[in-house]
Amino acid sequence: MIVSFLSLAITGMSLKFSYTGWASFLARALGGFESAGYIHRVAAVTMFGIFITHIVDLIRRKRQEFGTWKAMLGGSHTMLPTREDWRDLVASVKWFLNRGPRPPFGRWTYWEKFDYFAVFWGVFIIGATGLMLWFSEFFTLFVPGWFINVATIIHSDEALLAVGFIFTVHFFNTHLRPEKFPMDLVIFTGYIPLDEFKEERPREYAELVKSGKLEDLFVVPYPSIVLRTVKIFGWTALSLGFAIIVMIIYAMVFAYQ
Amino acid sequence: MTLDFPRNIQIHPSSLSREVLTCLLLLFSSGLLTAQDKSECLSCHEEKTLTGTRGGKKVSLFVDQKKFESSIHGTLQCIDCHAALTGKEMPHEVPVAPVQCGACHDGEEKLQRESLHHKAVERGDKLAPTCATCHGNHEIVRAKDRNSPITPMKIPYLCGRCHQEGTKVSRDRNIPQHEILENFSESIHGEGLLRKGLIVAPSCISCHTPHFILPHTDARSSISRKNIASTCTQCHAEIESVHRKVIKGELWEKQANVLPACVDCHQPHKVRKVFYNQGMADADCMRCHQEPQIRASGDGRSLFVDQSSVSHSMHKKIACSQCHSEVNASRRRACETIKNKVDCASCHAEAGQQFQKSMHGILVEKKDPNGPTCKECHGTHAVGGRREPSSPIFPTNIPDLCAKCHQEGKKAAMRYTGSEHEIIKRYTESIHGKGLLKSGLTVTATCTDCHTAHSVQPQANDSSSVNPTNLPSTCGRCHHGIQEQFVNSVHAKKAGGIEKKLPVCNDCHTAHTIRRTDADGFRLEIMQKCGRCHEKIAATYFETYHGKVTQLGYTKTAKCYDCHGSHDILAVADPKSHLSHGNVVQTCQKCHTGANRRFAGYLTHATHHDPEKYPFLFWTFWGMTGLLVGTFFISGVHTLLWLPRAIRMKRERKQLNSEAAKPKSQESAKGR
Repeated sequence: MIVSFLSLAITGMSLKFSYTGWASFLARALGGFESAGYIHRVAAVTMFGIFITHIVDLIRRKRQEFGTWKAMLGGSHTMLPTREDWRDLVASVKWFLNRGPRPPFGRWTYWEKFDYFAVFWGVFIIGATGLMLWFSEFFTLFVPGWFINVATIIHSDEALLAVGFIFTVHFFNTHLRPEKFPMDLVIFTGYIPLDEFKEERPREYAELVKSGKLEDLFVVPYPSIVLRTVKIFGWTALSLGFAIIVMIIYAMVFAYQ
Repeated sequence: MTLDFPRNIQIHPSSLSREVLTCLLLLFSSGLLTAQDKSECLSCHEEKTLTGTRGGKKVSLFVDQKKFESSIHGTLQCIDCHAALTGKEMPHEVPVAPVQCGACHDGEEKLQRESLHHKAVERGDKLAPTCATCHGNHEIVRAKDRNSPITPMKIPYLCGRCHQEGTKVSRDRNIPQHEILENFSESIHGEGLLRKGLIVAPSCISCHTPHFILPHTDARSSISRKNIASTCTQCHAEIESVHRKVIKGELWEKQANVLPACVDCHQPHKVRKVFYNQGMADADCMRCHQEPQIRASGDGRSLFVDQSSVSHSMHKKIACSQCHSEVNASRRRACETIKNKVDCASCHAEAGQQFQKSMHGILVEKKDPNGPTCKECHGTHAVGGRREPSSPIFPTNIPDLCAKCHQEGKKAAMRYTGSEHEIIKRYTESIHGKGLLKSGLTVTATCTDCHTAHSVQPQANDSSSVNPTNLPSTCGRCHHGIQEQFVNSVHAKKAGGIEKKLPVCNDCHTAHTIRRTDADGFRLEIMQKCGRCHEKIAATYFETYHGKVTQLGYTKTAKCYDCHGSHDILAVADPKSHLSHGNVVQTCQKCHTGANRRFAGYLTHATHHDPEKYPFLFWTFWGMTGLLVGTFFISGVHTLLWLPRAIRMKRERKQLNSEAAKPKSQESAKGR
């Protein structure tokens, strides 16, 4: 997903900001606009694949772990926003302003849920408009030609939102805030140190202690070679993300035409 | 053209003796009559069978009364001419004394008595002509009558009877000219008379006179060296004022002995083919100029002439004095009378006139040392043709030739204040330059093809070949098909109310850096070219897919002319336009093979900045922008508030940890 997203971002942004020097350099480095376009489409198909895989996985989990949608979506591990999330948000802002304690987060924090639905929404919107641009000759059998122009704007601005959000807000919330800095490896390893877990998700920790399932989840850490590889990958992705942000800011602020 | 002369018509050489015999026979046949009245004579001579012998040959003595009476002498009596028979009894005795035309035509007779022809008669030359040889006898009609043998059209035939190649006269008599009639018929005079029927064109008698025919060695002759000028000026009255280089007005007549006479250059009977006594004149010049050391006394420049260079040049048949025209052959140094430089225009008049109006000519006129004269480009004695590969004006040599002055840093380039620079270098890299110099295509446009050879003028001049108004036809000389399209396009027609200057060839293709239009450079720069006038439309092009890809440096997406057409560009409203309702889908299909009517509705010049023209795009854009700004604002504030608090939290925890000083747990817990 990271590779696919970065590829889409780099190839797409080079077209969106084609008036900049870095854009034409990138297009050339990627082997020309045709091959950049090819990369973009392959990455898009990959993204669709991931999206579908996730949906299929959700259905499988519902069947194996929860039985009903209600059980899955209504439980404490739900991705859907709940009243508690709203309370957490308000409490967080208070905490930011020194007006209260940090709220005890559960399985998913409100910003994680926001990120999740941002991607969900983004894949849907960007994917749909992207298909329209890709198969414009087919789609114009049903919609007028100017729809393609509208689709272009939506596709490109929504992508800008996605890229901009992921590489700034998401990066900070997840990796760059002091307690996580420089990187939260959980996305790659699937594991979190117990101390960190206690501090980050006290509500879930309490639940696990209460139910006595905590010890079942203990694992031996990955060997350092795996961790190093994962870090290198993570750092590459982070750097690319930052580079894209720098390029976008340059294009929008200094080279806007 | 060679005149097909009727060789079968031959008048008996001695018609005088025929008349004598006529009378002789009449005398014997009717001895009782007196020869006083025409009818009396005709009583015998109207007999068609009446014959006599003359010079041992049987000849007819028949006189056709009708023809005689319709002749110019029809009202006369026989004895008015045959005066010897006056009062004589019929039939009269033979031989009868010859008719004396001079009895009436005394002026002509007086002249004729001095002529070559009469002298020959006096000598008893049997080939010598008498009056009747040319004029006939009983059937003489007015000279203006088309049937007259002396009507202008017939004179060459008349004289040709004797003076044509192959006749007895031409073979047996000492006549220095040869093939007179053939040459005449090919000359400009002969052509005028015989092919164009201009009876004012000169025939033989115009120069030789009808009766006073004398050899050119006789000072009285109309064709003598002294008189030939006045003979020719009978028609060529103003020749002196136009032949100023050779004859300088009145000098010609006053000093005909030292000046060339007409026939020195214009060979008799071959006029038009200008004739010079080349060998002799050149030899005179070369006597001095073949010396390699010969130098001008003034500036010491070499005056050596390599005759072999002349003999291989375009002017190999031209004599020195034809170009160096003010020579005086009577001087020992014939050239000492030369005052002016060679004027090529005296022969190359058209080129000369063009040159005078050209920038080069104007500079020369002003005595500007930078002004090139003929020889700067064409050379001097070795002047070569433009089909001669060694010649400086051979197509592949022209860029180098012009570069001598127009290369950057050279004198013409330094004077030049316009916008074209490095022209020679750029031309060499252009498609024309490559075609000419790399591919060796001599038909490729070189400097002179666009700027002309002799009418080189600044672009701003209306008559310049590269002036915007003339440029399409200049380029069209080779690219004719393109010109045909262009002249019907919206750029060529002054469409209603357009005050702006319309583009011509060079506005898109440039002047000296012309490239292949399928090359990347041209395809990527065309938007700037079109955009110079179509500013907004070019700017909005870059807001859509085609333009964005183009900006990345790629040529495969549609450029202006892929949709609008190039030379046949028309207003979109024109049904013939590539973008008209009827043609637009087909135009899209050139690239998008599956394009349909709605596909063609894609807005290729759409902008989201124009709420009136493109409200959907405008509101979509601002909707999206609002979403972005909103999202970033909220999450940005959230993040910025979080950051300082998180830093403090980390510090607090550190403090807490150091106070507790507990060893860190080695366990891990599952996160998800």
